Amino acid sequence: METKLRMVLPDQELMRLYEQMFLSREFEEHCAEQYTKGNITGFLHLYSGQEAVAVGATAGLHKEDYILSAYREHAQAIVRGAEPKRVMAELFGKATGLCKGKGGSMHLFDPSLNFMGGYAIVGGQFPISVGLAFSAKYRNEDRITACFFGDGAVNQGTFHESLNWAQLWELPVLFICENNFYGIGTEVHRSSALASIHRRTCGYDIPSEKVDGMDVIAVYKAVKYAAEKVRETGRPHFIEATTYRFRGHSMSDPGKYRSVAEHELWKSRDPLPSFAKRLLEEGIATQEALDAVEARCKTRVEEAVTFAEESSWPEDNEVYSDIYV
Amino acid sequence: MSEMTYRDALNLALKEEMRRDPSVVVWGEDVALYEGSFKVTRGLLSEFGEERVKDTPISENTIVGVAVGAAMGGLRPVAELMTVNFALLAMDQIVNHMAKIHYMFGGQATVPMTIRMPGGGGSQLGAQHSQSLETFFMHCPGMRVVYPSTPDDAKGLLKSAIRDNNPVIFLEHELLYNSKGEVPEDPEYLVPIGKAAVKRPGEQVTIVAYARMTVLALQAAEELTKEGISCEVVDLRSLAPLDDETILASVKKTGRAVVVEECWRTCGLGAEIASRIFENCFDVLQAPVRRVSGLDVPMPYSRKIEKLCIPQAETIVLAVKDVVSGRY
Repeated sequence: METKLRMVLPDQELMRLYEQMFLSREFEEHCAEQYTKGNITGFLHLYSGQEAVAVGATAGLHKEDYILSAYREHAQAIVRGAEPKRVMAELFGKATGLCKGKGGSMHLFDPSLNFMGGYAIVGGQFPISVGLAFSAKYRNEDRITACFFGDGAVNQGTFHESLNWAQLWELPVLFICENNFYGIGTEVHRSSALASIHRRTCGYDIPSEKVDGMDVIAVYKAVKYAAEKVRETGRPHFIEATTYRFRGHSMSDPGKYRSVAEHELWKSRDPLPSFAKRLLEEGIATQEALDAVEARCKTRVEEAVTFAEESSWPEDNEVYSDIYV
Repeated sequence: MSEMTYRDALNLALKEEMRRDPSVVVWGEDVALYEGSFKVTRGLLSEFGEERVKDTPISENTIVGVAVGAAMGGLRPVAELMTVNFALLAMDQIVNHMAKIHYMFGGQATVPMTIRMPGGGGSQLGAQHSQSLETFFMHCPGMRVVYPSTPDDAKGLLKSAIRDNNPVIFLEHELLYNSKGEVPEDPEYLVPIGKAAVKRPGEQVTIVAYARMTVLALQAAEELTKEGISCEVVDLRSLAPLDDETILASVKKTGRAVVVEECWRTCGLGAEIASRIFENCFDVLQAPVRRVSGLDVPMPYSRKIEKLCIPQAETIVLAVKDVVSGRY
């Protein structure tokens, strides 16, 4: 039986989760539009469909906790608090972007939010997460490191090296796998000998669990519990959130390798309308309140696009700055 | 000043920096209990304890990556890779992460870390343990590369590397660990990164070298004085950035140059330095720049033919004679 939402979080927090999911979706859909217009170029990997994971997980962490992610990380950054204007400007390559237009879609970073980066080499963020966790432990800081990654990353050597290392050195790392079942176009059972990803951690004696990544409350509860365990024990923990991306791997991928039926099945589990329905049914929100949230998000994203359009390009001399300290 | 080995000078640099700054931590394969495969980390575990001196699994990419994360978190890790050959397993973290993070995050993150790695050949270790990969690192912007030839430079450069806010590749030559020299005792003795040293002044030809090749170049220069040829030996010390000023000033003075590199000749650092000399000193050059290089072959085991693959003092002597006499 489903837990009543109010038993988990206060109304205001529940509404905030919905707003963050809607903002992420709206942001990503505008990114797609700006990509087709040629305002965003390069690689663009969108998050639509996976919102419950970023939103639920981030809500289960403390502000001091470090977050690292991969290249599909716009939502993680925005949900953590990155200003959509500056994220959009980064995607446009403008000087006002989060990383001055030098990072782009796959390299968002904001140390003021302890958002320690999107990394575009599959599995590259695992050891860096372990190192950040070490630095926090070394300084006796009450801070864990949450490392997001996709199902494709678990076949990289760094995954195994870092899980082994985190457990061996007793480091506070929370590994959060977003299993959307596809590494580009290769379905998980075609790339992983053990497709049930959370079971892979038994080789390192790291506790793990699987959670429905289309249910923001389920993700929140699992991450909150796991984060507390990590804090308490100082040891790593692992969560596999099953989810689905509604678009292809990137904007250049029409996603022909997935059947219409499969797509429709997941679409029927879209985390936004299903959560909205629960908010209404349990009397937490009225339709008017949801409409107001949605309108607010739409305005914020439209403002972000305008801001990005109107922002200046980096000066030519920026090409040589920041190579060395 | 006191006389000590290159190994002990490195060890002293580590100890001094760890005493000075609690954010300096050391890890790598067998660096703690075993005290390092080349014993550079001797005594660190007993003085600084298990939190600061740590043995790691044999996971080179992760050794570097954990250091990257720890450096981003405010520590100053000094990671040891057992030999430079194993750095190839860590090239993702070195090239794609360590060297790029400061730039791609718009200057918001710094990665103040050092990777120490023994390198070079000449000990009959075969193709997989005798490589000179310095050029691989020089090619990539975003990190410093240093390679000392003497104990005093080893101490001063390692201390500078640890204090630098940029990532630094710190190469150590396996055949120099037992070499001896005078080393300043001053714990503030630093050798700046990016400054070459004229290790021997001369008039007729500049020999540009680094690490063990500097030792051979000095032997060659000594030999050549007997034949009345005066050589100036420039020790690069830092491979990235290269000290153009010192190299070019020397070549402008002598009008001739021989570049000695232990690495493979093709696309090696000698090609880069020769090119810079041609671009900047063409009007004063009295002879084409000559390269003395490692052979473009995987290193063989047999000592008879291994020797052919690494520049020797005699090959440097021959190259200098050619350049000075006009035979090239």
